[in-house]
Amino acid sequence: MSKTMEPDLQSPLGGAHGEAAGKEWKHPSDNWLRGFILDNRAALGTLVVFVVMMAVFMIANPVVFTTWYLYSSVLTTLPVALFVVVPLVFVVTCGEIDLSFPATMGFASWVFALVVQAGYDPFLGIAAAIATGTLLGFLVGSLVVYGGLSSLIATLGMNFLLRGLIQIINEGKSTALTSLADSWAYKIFSSQIYGIPVQIFWAIGFVVLSALLYNRHRFGAQVKVVGDNPDSAQQMGIDVKRVRVKVFVFVGIGAAIAGTFSVMINFTWWPTAGDGYLLPVLASVFVGGTPTWGGIGTVVGGAIGAVTVSFIQTGVVAAGLSGFYVQFFNGLIIILSLLGHKWNQARYR
Amino acid sequence: MAERLIELRDISKSYGQVYALGGVNLSVDRGEVVGLIGDNGAGKSTLIKILSGVVKPTSGEILIRGKPVTGWSAARSRDAGIETVFQDRALAVQQTIVRNIFMGRELTGFMGWLKVGKEIEEASRLMREIGFTSKVFTPQSIVGQLSGGERQGVAIARAIYKQADLIILDEPTTALSLTETAKVFHFVRQVRASGRSILFIGHNIHHVFDIADRFVVLDRGKVALTADRSEVKSAEDLINFMEDVAHPGGLPGLHDANDAGRAVR
Repeated sequence: MSKTMEPDLQSPLGGAHGEAAGKEWKHPSDNWLRGFILDNRAALGTLVVFVVMMAVFMIANPVVFTTWYLYSSVLTTLPVALFVVVPLVFVVTCGEIDLSFPATMGFASWVFALVVQAGYDPFLGIAAAIATGTLLGFLVGSLVVYGGLSSLIATLGMNFLLRGLIQIINEGKSTALTSLADSWAYKIFSSQIYGIPVQIFWAIGFVVLSALLYNRHRFGAQVKVVGDNPDSAQQMGIDVKRVRVKVFVFVGIGAAIAGTFSVMINFTWWPTAGDGYLLPVLASVFVGGTPTWGGIGTVVGGAIGAVTVSFIQTGVVAAGLSGFYVQFFNGLIIILSLLGHKWNQARYR
Repeated sequence: MAERLIELRDISKSYGQVYALGGVNLSVDRGEVVGLIGDNGAGKSTLIKILSGVVKPTSGEILIRGKPVTGWSAARSRDAGIETVFQDRALAVQQTIVRNIFMGRELTGFMGWLKVGKEIEEASRLMREIGFTSKVFTPQSIVGQLSGGERQGVAIARAIYKQADLIILDEPTTALSLTETAKVFHFVRQVRASGRSILFIGHNIHHVFDIADRFVVLDRGKVALTADRSEVKSAEDLINFMEDVAHPGGLPGLHDANDAGRAVR
């Protein structure tokens, strides 16, 4: 690109030409570091929030925050959240919301528990759970997209409905899966390597793959365009409804994996499995820097948001404050993050 | 003589008892910019919809490159190389120029992974082709940072990428300043230079007059005038003519030169 923006001087309209070249700012691609920062400002902003928060915790209680046990316990539960936070970034980018994932986690992990309890290999159980999650995601997505319902209300309804079904059938009874401890599936997905919970590696792999899917794949490109301008996407031949259903299916798959991991941590399936994740996971998406209006978002930011939210609870207690402070700090971090992102991001619609 | 790209013969469209178009003849040759002017309700939008295949004419014949077509539809229109650029809602403003150009037609390789480098390269080529060269913007700039005229450029580049032979620009300069309009004209001239045709629709005669090779004035569903650029001396001529059409017999005072600057609505 050598020439400046120069409209035809032959134009009988005359007047001022080429004003675009006179604008102050340069495109970030002039400098790769500046470009990287501008392209990832939301994720980097989230990282700053996380680092500042951890610094405060460490100053408050240096002893606890330098012991490995604290991190080990966070790394055990964090992966469960990551598997749903990441697909939710896709859903929010697409201009929708999915509140049904806790019930999908419960439902899919129930199927996993049933298969394992019946004496089959846990790998088969995982496959069955993912199949269940896919199916439920498809059901929820179809209901919203083809039924033309508000995703906020419809998925909230589906969350109650599916959880209700689980409760009705199980009558509140849990399932213990002691045989899991000796299985290969447990060793591969839920044991420890040099004291590090192995599920975090799977979760990181999932985050990396999803980030590539978001930024470097047709699926991510179409999700963003549909969330940005569905009319235009439709006009350009994108099957908008299909893309929307796909993001719900993605959440279903993520929720199934998350549910299965949560069962493998405890060797027990509870009828409430997944329930506690609703609000922390939603908060993670927005703390991570994905805006509510659709079209843009950040997978890596969402993942860092999940790490931040996971550390709030552990951190507040470990820093010596009573558990009563947890909710207050949760709220504080969410509000501060939103304010930060609002200042940090240019909005083009 | 240039190749005749599309020809409409005696096209009529009625909605029940109401005639939107009553026997319109219109043709566009290769490498030609045709300015279609008309008042609100003259039938411009119906004509665009017929050309883009969204609406089927009640009667009449459509010829593509001299051959009559049957079963005219949006898909047939696209296949024939006709692309319509609507003024609003055409672009996803939070995405990059690249993502907008390849919207729905992403360049992908193995398993749907994007060929990012190739897309950027191709987008640069398309932008150069329409004369959208800038130090400030690259293919990876966000469309929301562009001005109105530059956004039209992105939409035009996208239409070219879709191998369009005829690009229909629906009131591309209506909401734009003079500078921005000049940019759009610059793009349009570049497109014409590449041998493509443009149907430029507007209700501001001055906007259309500066860019078109040929004018078609639509009035109440009929073609009131078809004139080559050489036949019309000035925009005022055209305005006077349109006023004659609008008010047969003439209304005193309307032919003042002072009125020339006024947009004919």
